[in-house]
Amino acid sequence: MSDIVEKTLTALPGLFLQNQPGGGPAAAKASFSSRLGSLVRGITALTSKHEEEKLIQQELSSLKATVSAPTTTLKMMKECMVRLIYCEMLGYDASFGYIHAIKLAQQGNLLEKRVGYLAVSLFLHESHELLLLLVNTVVKDLQSTNLVEVCMALTVVSQIFPREMIPAVLPLIEDKLQHSKEIIRRKAVLALYKFHLIAPNQVQHIHIKFRKALCDRDVGVMAASLHIYLRMIKENSSGYKDLTGSFVTILKQVVGGKLPVDFNYHSVPAPWLQIQLLRILGLLGKDDQRTSELMYDVLDESLRRAELNHNVTYAILFECVHTVYSIYPKSELLEKAAKCIGKFVLSPKINLKYLGLKALTYVIQQDPTLALQHQMTIIECLDHPDPIIKRETLELLYRITNAQNVTVIVQKMLEYLHQSKEEYVIVNLVGKIAELAEKYAPDNAWFIQTMNAVFSVGGDVMHPDIPNNFLRLLAEGFDDETEDQQLRLYAVQSYLTLLDMENVLYPQRFLQVMSWVLGEYSYLLDKETPAEVIAKLYRLLMNDSVSSETKTWLIAAVTKLTPQAHSSDTVERLIHEFTISLDTCMRQHAFELKHLHENVELMKSLLPVDRSCEDLAVDASLSFLDGFVAEGLSQGAAPYKPHHQRQEEKLSQEKVLNFEPYGLSFSSSGFTGRQSPAGISLGSDISGNSAETGLKETNSLKLEGIKKLWGKEGYLPKKESKTGDESGALPIPQESIMENVDQAITKKDQSQVLTQSKEEKEKQLLASSLFVGLGSESTVNLLGKADTVSHKFRRKSKVKEAKSGETTSTHNMTCSSFSSLSNVAYEDDYYLNTLHDRGDKELKTFSLNSELLDSESLTELPLVEKFSNCSLSTPSLFADNSMEIFHPPQSTAASVAKESSLASSFLEETTEYIHSNAMEICNNETISVSSYKIWKDDCLLMVWSVTNKSGLELKSANLEIFPAENFKVTEQPGCCLPVTEAESTRSFQYSVQIEKPFTEEILSGFISYHMMDTHSAQLEFSVNLSLLDFIRPLKISSEDFGKLWLSFANDVKQNVKMSESQAALPSALKTLQQKLRLHIIEIIGNEGLLACQLLPSIPCLLHCRVYADVLALWFRSSCSTLPDYLLYQCQKVMEGS
Amino acid sequence: MSLGNIRQGKLRLQKWYLATSDKERKKMVRELMQVVLARKPKMCSFLEWRDLKVVYKRYASLYFCCAIEGQDNELITLELIHRYVELLDKYFGSVCELDIIFNFEKAYFILDEFLMGGDVQDTSKKSVLKAIEQADLLQEEDESPRSVLEEMGLA
Repeated sequence: MSDIVEKTLTALPGLFLQNQPGGGPAAAKASFSSRLGSLVRGITALTSKHEEEKLIQQELSSLKATVSAPTTTLKMMKECMVRLIYCEMLGYDASFGYIHAIKLAQQGNLLEKRVGYLAVSLFLHESHELLLLLVNTVVKDLQSTNLVEVCMALTVVSQIFPREMIPAVLPLIEDKLQHSKEIIRRKAVLALYKFHLIAPNQVQHIHIKFRKALCDRDVGVMAASLHIYLRMIKENSSGYKDLTGSFVTILKQVVGGKLPVDFNYHSVPAPWLQIQLLRILGLLGKDDQRTSELMYDVLDESLRRAELNHNVTYAILFECVHTVYSIYPKSELLEKAAKCIGKFVLSPKINLKYLGLKALTYVIQQDPTLALQHQMTIIECLDHPDPIIKRETLELLYRITNAQNVTVIVQKMLEYLHQSKEEYVIVNLVGKIAELAEKYAPDNAWFIQTMNAVFSVGGDVMHPDIPNNFLRLLAEGFDDETEDQQLRLYAVQSYLTLLDMENVLYPQRFLQVMSWVLGEYSYLLDKETPAEVIAKLYRLLMNDSVSSETKTWLIAAVTKLTPQAHSSDTVERLIHEFTISLDTCMRQHAFELKHLHENVELMKSLLPVDRSCEDLAVDASLSFLDGFVAEGLSQGAAPYKPHHQRQEEKLSQEKVLNFEPYGLSFSSSGFTGRQSPAGISLGSDISGNSAETGLKETNSLKLEGIKKLWGKEGYLPKKESKTGDESGALPIPQESIMENVDQAITKKDQSQVLTQSKEEKEKQLLASSLFVGLGSESTVNLLGKADTVSHKFRRKSKVKEAKSGETTSTHNMTCSSFSSLSNVAYEDDYYLNTLHDRGDKELKTFSLNSELLDSESLTELPLVEKFSNCSLSTPSLFADNSMEIFHPPQSTAASVAKESSLASSFLEETTEYIHSNAMEICNNETISVSSYKIWKDDCLLMVWSVTNKSGLELKSANLEIFPAENFKVTEQPGCCLPVTEAESTRSFQYSVQIEKPFTEEILSGFISYHMMDTHSAQLEFSVNLSLLDFIRPLKISSEDFGKLWLSFANDVKQNVKMSESQAALPSALKTLQQKLRLHIIEIIGNEGLLACQLLPSIPCLLHCRVYADVLALWFRSSCSTLPDYLLYQCQKVMEGS
Repeated sequence: MSLGNIRQGKLRLQKWYLATSDKERKKMVRELMQVVLARKPKMCSFLEWRDLKVVYKRYASLYFCCAIEGQDNELITLELIHRYVELLDKYFGSVCELDIIFNFEKAYFILDEFLMGGDVQDTSKKSVLKAIEQADLLQEEDESPRSVLEEMGLA
């Protein structure tokens, strides 16, 4: 009975409101306070989803009326808000109430405010625009004298706060670190931690205060500060090594039960704190013996103490094991940890078993025997009823896969794959299977079948790299040509069988793979004729379930097969059918086929058999269209402008005030715009011109156009004179040799861009636009060609690397010796040709060379041998390693070669670059080590000189650098010292390449040496590296700046206060130039353009503008993190001076 | 990290610590409910779901779920859930589902005091509840003048 009454009540809230709009406040209050209860009860009583929806909609509309009514008191509003939260939780949209939630937080008394804040934090997310309205309220509450208000403000700040408004509250929160109440200090620390997560550079200056929080007398505050430390140590562990002692002491106290009992959890002392500390220690001790030694004791203690049979002790144990295996190993501890893992794995509790497997997965690479110990358990887990356990087991197996067990493991993975439906699982597993198959495949048949399974299950969800890699593998093959052919033949045969099956639908991507392979390699078949294959493809083409994208793949395959098929009715039929297709793309293809079909000879020459890996000379400038363009221009047509330029112009017209002063200079860039390879044209073959001549024509032709039509006076003369020199092919007068060398350098830079062949096409495009303003046609040419080369040799990139380096070095010499630009173009061509030739013939010689050159390739050698027997090599392995390994020695070789004409030795050369003063970094009684940095154009060169102070002879001194995450260190040739005489100095040179931007990093290593009396010793050292060591000026023109500016997506803006000494823009920029090595491109009024690059070639642009004493900095770069780091450096410099 | 109570496909509480759009939230909640409700009693309390790990535990008719990242410690998360339930229990005095349904805002306040922005803020039962009670106390003094409140806050 009461149920029914309640139901009616809840159904009526709307009526209630309408009936008593002026009803006394008391009555309204009474009815409001029970509203939530009745709403909840009403909903629980309902049986169908439909009824619920109706009720909630009713409720929402009544709420909407209430919250917007002016008579609604804050107290009623609070009640409404609770109901709104409830409706939102049930999945209904209550967005009309968001603004009222903010109002409630702003205006309400404490209780109402609390609900208001709660509603805000539940409704909104970090990037919601309404959040800006909350900022003022937060600021006010942070300044309140009431603890509760401050707490609420801090809570909301740590949950959702717009990144760009952080400066508004930051000083207030910083103050709270000194608050007398520990709860406030704790919340403030956590809020700052959140800021650190979303905008690390904004809280960088308060790191010292975090240390204070770490030493806080309150355990809660200290525990909160560990969040920040964990994070910061994760980012840069070397900066916090000095705190290791403190963390160890804290952990000791916690483990020893010295904390207040409050922090115990089921009589285990502060488990959360322990876990946090163990993680921190794991990060600090990683690859660092000395630091690790500090923590062995406490880890041992932790392992020993955690004997209680409770989940929480296992949680700590698990973390402990993780730490023990992360830090520098100690056998005693490892033994104990291994025992612990055993406890987990063998536990009957399923959660512990899962964690055991997880731990095994983690340690397996260090200690494979552990897997052997538990092999029976692992096999049991493989057939466990819980799919989660199964999956973790597969993950473990994946880590221990090798050539022997690959078939079994992949078999298991495929079984699991067939059962799972979740997309994430499929994508993940399919990727792993494909990887293992490529790495370890025992034979062709297995490989193709496994990949077939991958494609049919992974289908359209898998990563696009999988089919791409697979096709590249088939196309490029390996060293053994007959092996390759067999693999291809097997693939073709297996696909034909698959296509013969009736009523089976394959995923589109699989069909695409099939059609490409059939198109390329059907010629290998003996029995089936091309016509039969075409017939099969035709059947697919007529299938409605095939997507139009796949159809274009199919028709391309048919086109490839047509010249081999002599005459085929199917082709005729197909042409007939698709020339009237409604799909434009298909129709286009059909027409192409039709016209080609009419001229079989042309078709044969155009579509040769098995040439998918051959280079196509791509005329990226579309020079064959020049005649057409010239005609158009002469008839008064407007010159072509690239899309972004048009948009920019449109925008600048629309704006009343043009905020981009350099925007106008884009209008002169029609010339360069056209050179960016907009698309690949096969037509250059037909036009019969080589790319070079085509380009030359283009150049002169377009210059005419520029002169007449859209030149901006400022830039024209320069360009004109330059091209005049080039196309004239005159012997160059003395003073232009400088220009020449300049160019050589440009080319060198460029070849560096190429050497990182991992960089995708996108980056190369970027590089081409980067250098287009500087170089001559030969530059563009080099780049254009090399582009295709780098794709071709991707798998054999090691060879290419060596060569492109060599080519450049020789090339540089020829540049200076011939000193004629027309020759340069010729030379260019010549070397590229030889490059191609060698690429085909001298593979082995080069790989031998590379082995000699590089120690890392030695480790790969066994692999190479292993896989030359079986049909597949380890492409991903090769592709990743080789390019990076090679770069530094090569580039140095190049620079040495360049200098060799000046007959200067390497050491003398170094003096030409700016370098730091030598500083002693460590010493002992025998030796003293000092180091200095040389900021070379292409890398940072670190020189360590070891002085032998003792009177004895030193034997075989050796310097080793610890591997670091963010950069790569390569030894320079010619710097090992077999014997160091007494009192003499030897130096080691290492080139350092940055791999990931960072602010500060520590490079550490040790010197080991033998004394005469054969006792050996070691001496550790470390050197600070800053991001600035890797920043070099980027000399580009204003118009290139403009173009690059538009192409970069990552930007950061910030205002910086200038000190009086640098009040004017030029002096401020001068500071940046001197301190940060930025290149000043141009100063226009109160604005300045600067550019720099992070080695090897990540450009970053800076736009500055001065208002009063504020300098507005605006960075853009192709790298997402670089602007942040640079901004930080700028701030430091501007504040410092 | 998000936390929610699910019963027979009804959400009782949800908290998101990562910016997620409304649509995405709904989708994730629906998906997660399906996955968790499909689990059998003797199965592992951890789930790999999307690129996250879900740690869940059943208390009577309520499932408590918590999504964490791959490198987080699953077991301690399980204990995190347990500590939260203990807190609720202490606050409401042997908590039942109805307490949470009808006083969900209180449950949120407790959660906020326990976890802040997704990280453990205060693991001591006593001090969490003290903070909550301090704020609750204001409820009774609601109508009293402001200055008294401020004094209390300072005290």
